[in-house]
Amino acid sequence: MAPPDPILGVSEAFRADTDVKKLNLGVGAYRTEELQPYVLDVVKKAENLMLERGENKEYLAIEGLAAFNKATAELLFGADNPVIKQQRVATVQGLSGTGSLRLAAAFIERYFPGAQVLISSPTWGNHKNIFNDARVPWSEYRYYDPKTVGLDFEGMISDIKAAPEGSFILLHGCAHNPTGIDPTPEQWEKISDVIQEKNHIPFFDVAYQGFASGSLDADASSVRLFAARGMELFIAQSYSKNLGLYAERIGAINVVCSSADAAARVKSQLKRIARPMYSNPSCSRLSAKDKSGKDWSFILKQIGMFSFTGLNKTQSENMTNKWHVYLTKDGRISLAGLSLAKCEYLADAIIDSYHNKFCNNVHWYYIPVSFDWILDLGSWILDCTNPS
Amino acid sequence: MEEIYDSPLKLHSISMHDEYKDSTHFLGLAEIEDYSSCGMSLRLFLLTLVPTKINLGVGAYRDDEGKPVVLQCVKEAEAKIAGCDFLESVSSAVSSKLVEESVKLVYGKNSDIIKEGRFAGVQALSGTGACRLFAEFQRRFYPESQIYMTDPTWSNHHNIWRDALVPERTFHYYHPDSKGLDFSALLDDVKNAPDGSFFLLHPCAHNPTGVDPTEEQWREISYLFKVKNHFPFFDMAYQGFASGDLDRDARSIQIFVEDGNVIGCAQSFAKNMGLYGHRVGCLNVLCNDAKQAVAIKSQLQQIARAMYSSPPIHGILLVSGILSDPNMKALWVKEVKAMANRIQSLRTTLRKSLEQLSSPLNWEHITNQVGMFCFSGLTPEQVDRLLREFHIYMTLDGRMSMAGVTTGNVSYLANAIHEVTKFG
Repeated sequence: MAPPDPILGVSEAFRADTDVKKLNLGVGAYRTEELQPYVLDVVKKAENLMLERGENKEYLAIEGLAAFNKATAELLFGADNPVIKQQRVATVQGLSGTGSLRLAAAFIERYFPGAQVLISSPTWGNHKNIFNDARVPWSEYRYYDPKTVGLDFEGMISDIKAAPEGSFILLHGCAHNPTGIDPTPEQWEKISDVIQEKNHIPFFDVAYQGFASGSLDADASSVRLFAARGMELFIAQSYSKNLGLYAERIGAINVVCSSADAAARVKSQLKRIARPMYSNPSCSRLSAKDKSGKDWSFILKQIGMFSFTGLNKTQSENMTNKWHVYLTKDGRISLAGLSLAKCEYLADAIIDSYHNKFCNNVHWYYIPVSFDWILDLGSWILDCTNPS
Repeated sequence: MEEIYDSPLKLHSISMHDEYKDSTHFLGLAEIEDYSSCGMSLRLFLLTLVPTKINLGVGAYRDDEGKPVVLQCVKEAEAKIAGCDFLESVSSAVSSKLVEESVKLVYGKNSDIIKEGRFAGVQALSGTGACRLFAEFQRRFYPESQIYMTDPTWSNHHNIWRDALVPERTFHYYHPDSKGLDFSALLDDVKNAPDGSFFLLHPCAHNPTGVDPTEEQWREISYLFKVKNHFPFFDMAYQGFASGDLDRDARSIQIFVEDGNVIGCAQSFAKNMGLYGHRVGCLNVLCNDAKQAVAIKSQLQQIARAMYSSPPIHGILLVSGILSDPNMKALWVKEVKAMANRIQSLRTTLRKSLEQLSSPLNWEHITNQVGMFCFSGLTPEQVDRLLREFHIYMTLDGRMSMAGVTTGNVSYLANAIHEVTKFG
């Protein structure tokens, strides 16, 4: 019998528990108890701040808000990544994923005439429309194997190999849409090998960073793997899902180039394409500074429903056994499952588990910002648990 | 260890598009607005620390202190929608509302066209987006057609139709000697164009010249269009800025419609509602009947879907909120009039000042021209002198955005213009 799924298994155990105090912080769900989409309070707050400050509604630059472009590239690659430090990424704000993909498609059509894009079979329905309208020829590579309900890895590699040299390979960075099946890290290495072999250009569609595993960094590992190999690549980002900003059309197209100079040139040409499409992108909900000057736009870095409490396996087990708090064994909690009323209870549970069970360090990977008060909770817990 | 592979794919051979260069070497100016019509001059403008600098480059409204303005009606609309949850994509109810209210501004609120649903309307990414949707539609369904544009026209018009792969031609419009309309040449060009040609017209407040046909002239043009079965596409970016009256500024379109012409119209709320960054606009195409309207609308939506899926919702909520609330709409109408009046009064002041300086040149065109822009007639050399000696910024074609003129700087401006033109 297979071991219980590390994430879904938690929910199963939770369901079986009859204690009234039980709390399920295992799986990342982004619906309220009424199954409604949840407006991130911080997004609301940012908007109120903007209202108070009377931010004007002037045009953004064609490439969008510089602070946003910087933040979005750093979110994707990590601020310390060489491609960022060497300024080799051309980033232009786009109208969510579609708009960003379309900018890239138009760029491909103009500067790589005749080059085709390979898309997975199946893929998101609108990919074909975008490339058709941009007049970029496309074909499919095998991806989903219905027999195994998994990845047809051999088929995928084979089809990528067979494509004419210099093709663009459209890859889903994580949380493949519609199958939900992602290559493993080893498979990503092999995909990268064959792409390099054939002088193809990888073209990532990243619409779910943070949604696949709960970790923004983990979800970007495929992109970072390719970047680390020194390849030129295209990445379209969307904040529709992970920031709940679907209706505001926030996204970006990033092109990793071989030099900062090339990146500047590529950026100028992306702008040249954007201008006759819509002149400049949407200004709403992109930036907010409060009265003290604290810049909330960098909440992008802090999004996530999950938090690694730093509790180890023993402590996590204590959380469950003693406190009926269900979390994954690695100490990850999903704050989407937490309500205000249970906050104090959770704090008690964490403190008890930390102090009364052996552990070396507590360190936070990042602090989730689904609720304002979670920030306060987080700092409070840190204060309580920080050995000083 | 990271290696940089020599990419065979030639991203390194992409050239710099000069107009869209980043001014990365200008520290601290990361958020410079960039308009292709005056890109570099705007960067230089922001760099200059000279307090007497005047930016007459871009067509965005400024108050009498030279500051951007958020209209009161917009602030009220913002307050109304703050706290609303609009996570999901634009609902069709919201989009319909925006479109319905927008087209009332074009056809008149009691128009039969609206009652009978005889138009295909979609929201668009401001004026640019509306024009682009139409251009793409034109290529798809009229692949052999071309577009005739005024000489001159807004610079981005050329880019839009070119990127949509629709060949362009120009027709006579501006007369450099009179600094007014070259009406007879315009009529000749309209007559000589092949029947059924597509024309891009500015219904009011022409950009960049500020020269609009009179109502009589519009009637003649419209009649000719009907005879030649031409298709007029109107880009209405400055409704309200020509006369101060929104209905009056749409009169030209209504003349064409009354004559039985089938028209298309792009609307922008960037300037007249001050919603520049929100990218709100509307595209509508007049149809034979409601059934055709449904079909054309679906085609337009299809084009939009492959470009950006759906437009940003915030601006749509603001516009539809303002237009559908009688009080807010009335407030908006007043605010538009105030903006137009301020520009109009500065035109008068500027002209008077130049005349009082005994300028040898004729400056009547400053007050004859309407809307946001004045086509000054200044040569590129004179424009350059204004930049270097007086820190006054405008596009090289001599187009001045009058919105950048204030009671505080108009004397300085007049003196500067006089300096560079006094010897003819």
